[in-house]
Amino acid sequence: MRYIEPHAHMVSRVTDDYLAMVMAGCEAVCEPAFWAGFDRSSAEGFYDYFRQLTEYEPRRAARYQLPHFSWLCINPKEAEDVALAREVLWMIPEFLARENVLGIGEIGLNKNTRNELQILEEHVRLAAEHDQLILVHTPHLEDKWKGTRLILDVLRADTRIKPERVIIDHVEEHTVAMVLDAGFWAGITLYPESKCTPARAVDIYETAGAERLWLNCACDWGQSDPLAVPKAAIEMRRRGYDDAAIDKLVFTNPYMFLNQSGKFRLRE
Amino acid sequence: MDRRQLLDLYFVDARARLIDIAAFLDRLDRADGDGDFRAEAFRRAMKELTAPGSDRARRVLLALSDPTVEPADKAEGKSACGAHPGAVDAEKA
Repeated sequence: MRYIEPHAHMVSRVTDDYLAMVMAGCEAVCEPAFWAGFDRSSAEGFYDYFRQLTEYEPRRAARYQLPHFSWLCINPKEAEDVALAREVLWMIPEFLARENVLGIGEIGLNKNTRNELQILEEHVRLAAEHDQLILVHTPHLEDKWKGTRLILDVLRADTRIKPERVIIDHVEEHTVAMVLDAGFWAGITLYPESKCTPARAVDIYETAGAERLWLNCACDWGQSDPLAVPKAAIEMRRRGYDDAAIDKLVFTNPYMFLNQSGKFRLRE
Repeated sequence: MDRRQLLDLYFVDARARLIDIAAFLDRLDRADGDGDFRAEAFRRAMKELTAPGSDRARRVLLALSDPTVEPADKAEGKSACGAHPGAVDAEKA
């Protein structure tokens, strides 16, 4: 089996995870910028983080011949501080030309506040001005339904944004239809508690269809599983799906979306 | 897969989760104090389990979701707690 891990926070993982992912069939890993678990105190902290994402982490993955790509932004959890967020936004264009940067992400909302919305709009503008793909984080738990609706409003308000170049991640049963019906891609995140189990992910696949849908593990410093995507593939196999159906969901679909960046390259 | 095959695949796992929920409710009942809106939201969401239709997961999620539409003025912390004092009306969502 081959698969692409389109959303993983590898800076928070041990090197053994790279080996395990490659052994499970991972062909590429993509890492959106995210919250470190604590608030960074200055824009310089983000500058170092962006260098870690675009310089150091790809070298760590390369030890296992695993191509590593990244997405850049200030995560919505740190967007309440609008002044800091704008400082970070100003430095992002410097990194966008790097060959392993796929776009702007993971932007979005956390607690659905006015400040978060303001910074989301500014990220969307930045992506439009630089013709970048967008990866969107939708809020957790009780905030997801409201936040997803607000995010869709922001994206639809900017007429330069093409829905087929935007992936809205962490969808669940109550948000997947509104995302796909609006023409965007939808990501299902496999998490032990707060998002989807492999069984629920396959349920969503069965009811929503295979188009514009991907699976990811979003593994980070919390309780999460870097092998969640291949485990979901096993779940599909247990339900009787053939190799072609599995390959489409865990490899071809993410490849089709990510390849729009013009930078997404797999090993020869 | 037909229903029999799905039962073969998932029944024991679902049974274990069902008993976990029952034990959680028993634990809450044995404890002192008033609790908060999460317990009420949980019981409200549980009613969706016995509702007709084939979108129970969606309806449970909506029963635990913030139904408001206006952005919040400020964030009260960074974390979500999993429930809201209100609930989204699944028929209108």
